[in-house]
Amino acid sequence: MQAPRPSLIAENLACRRGERLLFRRLSFRLEAGAACHVTGANGAGKTTLIRTLAGLTTPYAGTVTREGALGLLDERTGLDPDLPLGQALGFWERIDGCTSPDGALTILGLHALLDVPVRFLSTGQKKRAALAALLNRAVPIWLLDEPLSGLDAETIGKVTGLIRLHVGGGGIALIASHQPLDVPGMKSFAIEDFAPAAREEET
Amino acid sequence: MIAALLKRDLAQFFPFTGSGAALPVVFFVAVAMLFPFAVGPDANVLARTGGGVVWIAALLAAILPLEKLVARDIALGFFDQLRLRGLAEEAMMAVRLLAHWLSFGPPLLLATFPAAALLKIEGESFWILLLGLLAGTPGLAAIGLMIAALTASLRAGAALSGLLLIPLALPILIFGAGALARQDQVSLGFVGAISLALVALAPFAAGAAIRAAREN
Repeated sequence: MQAPRPSLIAENLACRRGERLLFRRLSFRLEAGAACHVTGANGAGKTTLIRTLAGLTTPYAGTVTREGALGLLDERTGLDPDLPLGQALGFWERIDGCTSPDGALTILGLHALLDVPVRFLSTGQKKRAALAALLNRAVPIWLLDEPLSGLDAETIGKVTGLIRLHVGGGGIALIASHQPLDVPGMKSFAIEDFAPAAREEET
Repeated sequence: MIAALLKRDLAQFFPFTGSGAALPVVFFVAVAMLFPFAVGPDANVLARTGGGVVWIAALLAAILPLEKLVARDIALGFFDQLRLRGLAEEAMMAVRLLAHWLSFGPPLLLATFPAAALLKIEGESFWILLLGLLAGTPGLAAIGLMIAALTASLRAGAALSGLLLIPLALPILIFGAGALARQDQVSLGFVGAISLALVALAPFAAGAAIRAAREN
């Protein structure tokens, strides 16, 4: 890619969901080639953090600064449920101007599923399809929300490999998952460490 | 990007290609067919009341696709993914407005020909009706889009959107149907003006609404 090196910086971030403060004073700095694993129980705020980093929701306090385009993978794939997978992916390929989608399809073993309507796909198959759409975009920053849930052991290996490759190629990956992830040099933090103490929350 | 998005939106909503989207037109023609049976075949009565019936049918036909107009794509994460690609919500909604109007406006105008024949609306009245619908349906589409976006994150959104649309659509209905009763073209100008204002406003209101929907 061109020009400035990708970076993703959170400073003193705090997020609420409804009336509840999920986490506060969360700061980190991810430069090219960095991977970060966010752990936490269900409802701890992993998804909220990811959506805030993506710029989809505004943080309660703090700032997010990023350099470089960003791709998001979460349980909402953006693929039309009524269309066959090939056409649903084709729409995003046209939007992204992707001319060679074959590579991603081969890596993720999706060729056999191209004629199947998206609504008939299993959770794991949908996740693979969403990953293919992410790969087709060739963006430097990946935000992955539970990328491994619903996947079989073989695909987990493949996805881990893709993350390693992405980070190794100078990309940034932030992964929210409660499953262990084997990526060399990956930072890790638990979102609960930034949860407000009970006493603090009342004020 | 915009062209690809419009193509996709049209495929979703256009009658006969989208999922059961022919409903508004069928509904519209059904009302025109049933009305003479309900009030009797007196040509004078039909000609006098028929225009109003066509307008009401057009208004209700515009409500029918509202439920899936915005809410479905929010749940799908479709707008989120477009946002990440740098497209503004306002642009998404402007495209959606165009697709929504194209999906029911022109088919409705075509259906006006058989509907007018069934209701004995002829001569100048027919042209005023057709021009009125041409001027008014974009406004109805704009109101529909705003309401669909505003109610997308509510659980009872579908029922609420019908209720909300009625008062907002009144000005268009009054001037549109009024133009028929008085046989004047000034009212048609008003319909067009209201429509233009609504069309200009709708992408911004709907865009703000889907941004707000992300926050809860």
